[in-house]
Amino acid sequence: MSVVDRLTGRKGADARKTVTFGDASEVRGAPLWSVTSLLFVGLVWWWIKRGPEPIINDRTFPSMRQTWDAFFELVDIGYRRVGLWDHTWASLWRVLKGLVYGVVVGVPVGFAMGLSNRLRGIFDPIVELLRPVPPLALLPLFIVWFGIGEGSKVNLLFFAAVWIMVIAARAGVLGVRGSKVHAAYSLGANKWQILRYVILPNALPDIFTGMRVALGVCWGTLVAAELTGTTTGLGAMIFAASKFFRMDIVVVSIIIIGVIGVAMDLTMRFLEKRLIPWRGKG
Amino acid sequence: MKDLKVDGLGMVYELPKGGSVQALHDVSFDLEAGRLLTLLGPSGCGKTTLLNIIAGFLAPTSGSVTLGGDPITGPGQERGMVFQQGALFEWQSVAQNVAFGPRMNRKKRSETNELVQDLLSTVGLQGFGDKAVYELSGGMQQRVALARCLANDPEVILMDEPLGALDALTREKMQGLILKLWQETGKTIILVTHSVEEALYLGDRLFVMAPRPGRVEREYELPFAEKGLHVDPREMKASPEFIDKREELLSLIWEMEEQIMGHEGAMS
Ligand SMILES: Nc1ncnc2c1ncn2[C@@H]1O[C@H](COP(=O)(O)OP(=O)(O)OP(=O)(O)O)[C@@H](O)[C@H]1O
Ligand SMILES: [Mg+2]
Repeated sequence: MSVVDRLTGRKGADARKTVTFGDASEVRGAPLWSVTSLLFVGLVWWWIKRGPEPIINDRTFPSMRQTWDAFFELVDIGYRRVGLWDHTWASLWRVLKGLVYGVVVGVPVGFAMGLSNRLRGIFDPIVELLRPVPPLALLPLFIVWFGIGEGSKVNLLFFAAVWIMVIAARAGVLGVRGSKVHAAYSLGANKWQILRYVILPNALPDIFTGMRVALGVCWGTLVAAELTGTTTGLGAMIFAASKFFRMDIVVVSIIIIGVIGVAMDLTMRFLEKRLIPWRGKG
Repeated sequence: MKDLKVDGLGMVYELPKGGSVQALHDVSFDLEAGRLLTLLGPSGCGKTTLLNIIAGFLAPTSGSVTLGGDPITGPGQERGMVFQQGALFEWQSVAQNVAFGPRMNRKKRSETNELVQDLLSTVGLQGFGDKAVYELSGGMQQRVALARCLANDPEVILMDEPLGALDALTREKMQGLILKLWQETGKTIILVTHSVEEALYLGDRLFVMAPRPGRVEREYELPFAEKGLHVDPREMKASPEFIDKREELLSLIWEMEEQIMGHEGAMS
């Protein structure tokens, strides 16, 4: 298959296949079309800037040119005496902390729920009741409990991550095939060894998927977490810029959040392939 | 060496929606150490249930199983198990899978490594130690399962349709391997199969089981496994005695299936 066919998606993975509609393995995307679609977004942006108020107004909706300039302004001198990198790092650090706490608490709870009737009974109502609550709803409480600073933010992100990790870890435990556990017992393993050498590695793919989802959700919750009480972070930058009507800065921040989100997901996928090559091979 | 004694074994499954299934009824037999017993019978006659009770994964509702006089109350490493498929640990390499038992017993690493290399060459997988198990074919995976089971040097090896997922040619090769291991290790083996030919060829003893309630319908003492060690398997399977026995068993099982069908026809 030629490179052109691959880039344009004219042919799928296997050029000799005659049935491709409905064959998921044949659908892998087309990089050339992805670039085209990005260019098209740019074109739409440029085109609607020629339209009516308020979109045409550069103060309410920046042009591409302004956004470009704002980006380099941010890179050069930062925003409100904080460098762009520091804003980004502040956000990343909060999300990372929230995620790590979520994993550290969520995985053991999920394991407990997958291994014991009693613990399942105890945690079930708590998990099921709190899971659907949008994290932002708890912000007022968290601010009172953990202070307006870092505490409330990291706890909010923890709250966003922990239920996802509980569910993922529980699914991982419940997904272990009975014959594997039986085989391990017959080979002389005790309960602790079953947990360490059979259940944990068997659950790792699910846990990793949970981490990927949780990371995305935390990143999406970030802006809400940075609503008040801080001058650093991409979310804080958006709120500050909106007060001064710097829509160009707002748009740049949005784009940066999107790009970093994609980068994080790609990184997780890469790590997953490297660290858990046995996924789906059981 | 320890003899296996099964005495008055009964198993009733309570169904969640009420009612119950008598999976085994009054199954009794003695199996001297070093014999190879094959279990044959239509689907649902309790073969897996019997094996799981001997392995210690299930507690029977009546009767008892003892190995060398000791009652069986749970799984233990003197009774190894080989499953049909999917019981290998896909997160470990071939060698790590084989080393699992010794590792759980905290055996010395150097001794374990040596043992693993020995076992891998015994089952014809020398040089495959570093491969991931999912890179191997189905037949090779069952070789790993056999080696893993042997690593703990169990008294009894239980196999539930170990070759059931393999193609016919691979299956014949693996039958040869099982006979070879049986001869070399002298272990007691109980093997469940759906193939009449396999049950005849491998079994030095053979039970034909019948369903509703699950029981041992007929017992055979067979010469083929003993001979199979020295004779070409194709020749053996084409010999008149073998064919006679095969036809006898086939018609027995055929009759059973007819009865089951009639029974079910009457119920509906
Ligand atoms: N966990 C269970 N709960 C209820 N009934 C069961 C359970 N396991 C098995 N049975 C029933 O017990 C009977 C014997 O089952 P078993 O699996 O031992 O048969 P088998 O001889 O191994 O069949 P197959 O050849 O299909 O593997 C069947 O009627 C089956 O439906
Ligand atoms: Mg069965």
